[in-house]
Amino acid sequence: MTDPVLATHNISKQFGALKASDDISLTLRPGEIHAIIGPNGAGKSTLIAQICGTLAPDSGRVELMGRDVTALTTRARAQAGLGRTFQISALAMEDTVLQNALLGALGARGGAFAMFRRALSDTNLRDVAMMALERVGLADEASMRTSDLSHGQRRQLEVAIALTLNPKAFVMDEPMAGMGAEGSAKMTGLLDELRKEAPILLVEHDMDAVFALADRLSVLVYGRIIATGSVSEIRANKDVQQAYLGEDA
Amino acid sequence: MKRETLINAALLLGLLLVPLWAYVTDEPFTITLATKVAILALAGVGLNIALGLGGLVSLGHAAFFGIGGYAMGILASHAQSYTPLMESPFLIEGTKSMPVIWVTAILASALAALVIGTLSLRTSGVYFIMITLAFGQMLFFFAISWPAYGGEDGLSIYVRNGFPGMNTLDPIQFFALCFALLLAALWFSHRLANAPFGLALNAARQSPARVETVGLSPFHLRLIAFIISGAITGLAGALFADLNRFVSPNMLSWQTSGEIMIFIILGGVGRLCGPVAGAALFIALEHFLGGLSEFWHIWLGLLLLLVVLFARGGLIGVLAGRQVAHD
Repeated sequence: MTDPVLATHNISKQFGALKASDDISLTLRPGEIHAIIGPNGAGKSTLIAQICGTLAPDSGRVELMGRDVTALTTRARAQAGLGRTFQISALAMEDTVLQNALLGALGARGGAFAMFRRALSDTNLRDVAMMALERVGLADEASMRTSDLSHGQRRQLEVAIALTLNPKAFVMDEPMAGMGAEGSAKMTGLLDELRKEAPILLVEHDMDAVFALADRLSVLVYGRIIATGSVSEIRANKDVQQAYLGEDA
Repeated sequence: MKRETLINAALLLGLLLVPLWAYVTDEPFTITLATKVAILALAGVGLNIALGLGGLVSLGHAAFFGIGGYAMGILASHAQSYTPLMESPFLIEGTKSMPVIWVTAILASALAALVIGTLSLRTSGVYFIMITLAFGQMLFFFAISWPAYGGEDGLSIYVRNGFPGMNTLDPIQFFALCFALLLAALWFSHRLANAPFGLALNAARQSPARVETVGLSPFHLRLIAFIISGAITGLAGALFADLNRFVSPNMLSWQTSGEIMIFIILGGVGRLCGPVAGAALFIALEHFLGGLSEFWHIWLGLLLLLVVLFARGGLIGVLAGRQVAHD
């Protein structure tokens, strides 16, 4: 079997008496979408924060491309190839869509200390940014102010910025959150294609999307992964039905 | 051409024509007022890079303004008394040369901004405001208690410093120097805002988490912006001291920090020529209302209140409308 692109080894994190992450080990293999599902408060956001470096685990390791990145900052992990999208869009709202995408391209280039060149005249940067916008279907909106975008378009822009980084692995925190059926379907199609470029660790509440996309699923309940497997395995799993999917599964 | 560009051009042209007209009609005091506007606008252009672009509400920019002022005062006072600044380990003499004084003021205030920024940029919000204020006050009291350079009384120089090939004692020529420096700073700040650095700094103000996620450091971006900002304000301080031929701890006081911030708020936070509009308005109010009553600050306060409540984009915002994204 191929080596995982991204892996956590026995990550634990405790807040007071609450075990937010309890000995979590998971892997993200090349070409796959690995979805993490779980009820509210299961510790999904805490897990993402530890993978992306905004929160340090009490114990355990995070590995990217076989390299231990547990001690690295968010910034260093981004440089090492982790492309993250946020649950609540974290965009520069006053700037144009293109400027937001350019920011990613700048980061990918490794620095933003040029003070005299016009950012928008830099064809290299611009090409990277425009290509990413085209990928997500926002090319026509490039010169719009980001605050004028619809909710769904903002989610697409989140993905576009992650794309400009040309990451080794995507970590996406609820990319479908708050989207209508049409937007969800569009995003599902996009993610389906993106997995060929880099595997995606997907945290998502939209079960239709998860079942359509995921190669593997992990179910997180009270900070523990109670099951990992293919969609059909998870559907058949009694513990999961009891703990999470409930009566309608 | 965009509307804001036209307004900016008209504003700068006005700032140029008023003293020229005063020169023709032989009213040197008006030239001095215009020079004051240009210098204070320059200080505002400096703060605007930190405040407008970087979102760093610094209430300590008087520190840089004062350091620039004292750089002028100390160098010039040694030159006029023919005593060297220091003799060991190497000899440093005073100078009356503006270019040397300007470079010294820029370097000294940049260094101060590096130190102050490194410590205060680890905080944000109210704490950042308070720490920058504290640093400003430290320097203020240091200047008061330093008798070698006048202490509380400040430091006078007899003759304005010189610039090669110009007669700086002639008000219009000194104005020309200050105006040229203001234009240079505006041009630089315009380039900076549109460069990758400005893009990233602006994004760090709006969404620091995003900037980190693409692998850039908000702290480094802000620190460099703070240093550039302090350096420009420091240069303005050297010019201001030269205009008055006097520097005192007053330049370092927190009221000065507040005034520089008021220029920006009146003119428009983050707008290229906001500080120019704000400084011009401030000086005009001080001149005309100050002539009517010494309590003219009441009216300034009222105006500031109106701007904050009803015209967040300041004067430029009212005239040019909502800020168009840089393109």
